[in-house]
Amino acid sequence: MYWRRRATDSSLRSSARLWTLATLAHTLPFIAVAAVLVARKPILMPIGLIALVHAWAIPELYAARGAKVVRRRGAAGEEAERVALGLLGDLIDHRARELHARTRLVLERGELGVWLVAEAGALLVRPGGRRVHCYCVRVPDPDLPPSDRVAHLLLALRTDESGFATLANLAFSGARWRVRRRLAAPLREALDAAAAHARRP
Amino acid sequence: MSRLIRMDRTGHTTLAEWTTDDPASVEAAVAAFRAELEQGYYAVVSQGEGHAEQVRELPLDAPVVILRRPIAGG
Repeated sequence: MYWRRRATDSSLRSSARLWTLATLAHTLPFIAVAAVLVARKPILMPIGLIALVHAWAIPELYAARGAKVVRRRGAAGEEAERVALGLLGDLIDHRARELHARTRLVLERGELGVWLVAEAGALLVRPGGRRVHCYCVRVPDPDLPPSDRVAHLLLALRTDESGFATLANLAFSGARWRVRRRLAAPLREALDAAAAHARRP
Repeated sequence: MSRLIRMDRTGHTTLAEWTTDDPASVEAAVAAFRAELEQGYYAVVSQGEGHAEQVRELPLDAPVVILRRPIAGG
């Protein structure tokens, strides 16, 4: 990935700012249109409302795309998954194991923030816990059991966190609450736990 | 007893086990290790939360060496 700048704390801050600017660029014109229409001709309020719906929906669609990175993928055979789960369990401590049992996500503290590693993606909760980066990243082997896919990503992350964040494709960066709304209930627990870790010094 | 394991479709497979006082087991483990690296696997030694080391030579003192596939952006 020589064409990508290696991910650092500073590059992640820049990319977060870019995502915020892009979101504003997508939403402000619709808000402006709504305001101008209603100010000039109140009868056009329905069209103004449609513009506001667009302004609201665009960031929501991006957040939904971000939340999808941690959804469950196809299941492997029960026996293979049981074996893979045993190995994954050996790699993490008991609290992470318990969280994984409930949410299928592995919580991992890193230098760049707190990670939630899934089968084909990862969420990075930045220090402070307010912003989340959603990454698409996977093992290109569809036959692996789910827990092995998580273990692959976890080991890659532990080996080279910056390289992991460089290689992975950023699907969304934005407010944690936006992503949280789009997650299934068990996954919200994992995101809340990651945010709590990210708020710690 | 140290183990060389490969994550694969069965969950994982133990490819070799060795102890440093058994040269034959070490030799077999090193051969298996090199063969897997040639197949494109990465070898990793986990060192607890947040840390793992990628190795290109079999670390004889490591309790477990894990072979994984390269990852890719989704």
